Amino acid sequence: MIRTYLLLAWTWLRASAQYPGPMITMAIGSFTVNALDVAAIWVIFEHTRSLAGFGLAEVMFLYGTAGLSFALSDMLFGNVDRLSQHIKAGTFDTMLIRPVSAFVQMAVDRFGVHRLGRAAQATVVLAIALSRLDLPWSRVWMIPLMVLCGIVIFTAIFTLGGALQFLLTDAPEVANAFTYGGGTLTQYPLSVYGDELVRGVTFVVPLAFVNWQPGLFVLDRPDPIGLPYWFRFAGPLAALGLTAVAVLAWRAGIRRYRSTGS
Amino acid sequence: MIEVDRVGRSFTVGRRRARTTVHAVRDLSFTVEAGEFVGYLGPNGAGKSTTIKMLTGILAPTSGRIQVAGLDPTRRRTALARRIGVVFGQRTTLWWDLPLRDSFTLVRHLYKVDRVVFHRRLEELSDLLGLAEFMNTPVRQLSLGQRMRGDITAALLHDPAVLVLDEPTIGLDVVSKAAMREFLRLLNADRGTTVLLTTHDLGDIEKLCRRVMVIDHGSLTFDGTLDDLRATAPGEDSIEDVVARLYTGGSTPL
Amino acid sequence: MRKSPQHPQEAVFLLYARIAGYGFRRHSAYRAAALAGAFTNTVFGVLRAYILIALWEARPGLGGYDITDAVTFCFLSQAFIGPMQVFGGGLELSGRVRTGNIAVDLLRPASLQLWSLADDLGRAAYLFLLRSLPPTAIGAALFGIIVPADPMTWISFTAGFALGVIVSFGWRYLVALSACWVVDDRGTQSLSLVMTFFFSGMVLPLHLFPGWLGALAEVLPWSAMVQVPADLYLGKRDVLDALGFQAAWAAALLALGALVTLAARRKVVIQGG
Repeated sequence: MIRTYLLLAWTWLRASAQYPGPMITMAIGSFTVNALDVAAIWVIFEHTRSLAGFGLAEVMFLYGTAGLSFALSDMLFGNVDRLSQHIKAGTFDTMLIRPVSAFVQMAVDRFGVHRLGRAAQATVVLAIALSRLDLPWSRVWMIPLMVLCGIVIFTAIFTLGGALQFLLTDAPEVANAFTYGGGTLTQYPLSVYGDELVRGVTFVVPLAFVNWQPGLFVLDRPDPIGLPYWFRFAGPLAALGLTAVAVLAWRAGIRRYRSTGS
Repeated sequence: MIEVDRVGRSFTVGRRRARTTVHAVRDLSFTVEAGEFVGYLGPNGAGKSTTIKMLTGILAPTSGRIQVAGLDPTRRRTALARRIGVVFGQRTTLWWDLPLRDSFTLVRHLYKVDRVVFHRRLEELSDLLGLAEFMNTPVRQLSLGQRMRGDITAALLHDPAVLVLDEPTIGLDVVSKAAMREFLRLLNADRGTTVLLTTHDLGDIEKLCRRVMVIDHGSLTFDGTLDDLRATAPGEDSIEDVVARLYTGGSTPL
Repeated sequence: MRKSPQHPQEAVFLLYARIAGYGFRRHSAYRAAALAGAFTNTVFGVLRAYILIALWEARPGLGGYDITDAVTFCFLSQAFIGPMQVFGGGLELSGRVRTGNIAVDLLRPASLQLWSLADDLGRAAYLFLLRSLPPTAIGAALFGIIVPADPMTWISFTAGFALGVIVSFGWRYLVALSACWVVDDRGTQSLSLVMTFFFSGMVLPLHLFPGWLGALAEVLPWSAMVQVPADLYLGKRDVLDALGFQAAWAAALLALGALVTLAARRKVVIQGG
């Protein structure tokens, strides 16, 4: 499956490389659009030194890690949330005729590296943050792990968003509330949000484990709602759990599609 | 090669109290042996496309059993996909924005065709169908005839045992139709590929099919040879009139 | 049997009123999509509200707003997403330029621009009902928002809202027609999205923009789409000044649009399908 994905992705890349112009403009465009979010953070910190108890560098750290996870997940699997378009155009049926899982085909469809623009921007922000934070190595090791778990969690959410479109084929935008909403939510420290929302994104949709809980460990900060300390290491657990749910939802979606028709 | 055993497919349409059940296919049974070339006719809405969807595994039957190339399409979708090729006349299986050549490369990776075998097969099909002149053109810029040739090639690159075509000659000009028919005839005669062809064009039927099945309102109303078909309405001259008689005659299901 | 209109102006007005009605009805067919949009707008409204609350708790009275003003602003701006098409789109025009069907439109005896405007107003009215009201209601329920007592505020807000839609149309119309000259319009669309989003006040209230950026934002047309109507609602801006600013940009953009339409009629680069 991985090999098939890589081969397909490579074919798409080679095809779009024939038109380098649009590829570059899209990458720049994606870098700029996401720079708006950074601009917002910058404007906010022009007016205050701390936001819900966190300083600029710390917020940039949280933004950077979540942004990187989101951008990479979006690049690798984000197209799954275009399911509704494919169903309506009839191209999903075309995928079902092929001897490859529909999920892989959906994910790799129109694979492009312009989303690396967003990843690059997040990396820059993260690098700046790390240079200002001066974190000890005993905590820094968590960072690659948290980005990885973040990628898995966002991928699972993209998949759930896609699976939702089997049901809500006419209202695919609902999925955006969870996928892009999740991306936006994790840009800021969760101490900004109300307690119920924080509990919701910890226990129901585990977005808190993308960057917040691990981030509390890296930044060595207490949990504002007093959750147990071991939660900071529960990222992989949350990622696995959500992945299982996503896999089941996707399979159920395909089963339903094949038994009721479109 | 294809076994359809008392297959039914119904859909619930409408919401809440206005809910009705539409039987797209009811109690459908037929067998297609390896190497046959079968035509599948029927008025619009008769159930042809639904049958194709069930044969290819896109849709599961609500009752009955299907076996294609020895596999259950619903349970063994991906395994079956390696053994059949599908061509949809009304939409393409190629990738719209990419050059034709890249579509074939994608197909090669999807079907895991060996590189040497792939290039040989592609060259063969390219010669037979005259693809060389537009190999590098994006699919969205191809004419209908060119696109159909591309679709057939994509369906045959992995050398399937069965080829299913859903209205492949729709919209083609006379020359393209003739070329396609000749290609399919040779495919069946020389390679022994089993072909199931749905069409509205009776010229396709006359020129290619030894056996014809007619479906109407979800049930099979005729299954036999071309001569048997003509015999159902001996007074009519053209095959069109014969079939029209069959469609409107309110014939009983087999 | 209705009496035929007395004046040609009346006939023309009725024509465009009818087009607006069709625009409304056409969009009412996409109810599920509109509701999905309302849902998403609500979710993002909640997220943004919390951020603004955190900021205003750190700096009370920032930019002349108190916390409730800020939260109200947040949900107002979310409510404007639908009618003002903050994320672009809403005009059939772009698609028609790409396919070349625009040639048919340009040959019609009616003004393409007025036609599109009427259609867009119908669209805005429908989306106001389905995409503006729900998020505002939920925002009010969850956080509490300001509801003006003075009827004059409501009147000026209504005028500001309408002008905001027109300014938004004027801009989107120009962007759509620009595709007649630019081969791949994804770049212009992307740029338009960035400018609109940032300078309308969707990211943060424009009052917060420091120095030259703030001054720039006050002058550009995009503030007329979100910030100005919101400030009219909150009573934070002189009415005549605000409406005058919006009307000026509306007139300028529509005038420019008329010129561009003429140019397009003369030269249409038809992009084959």
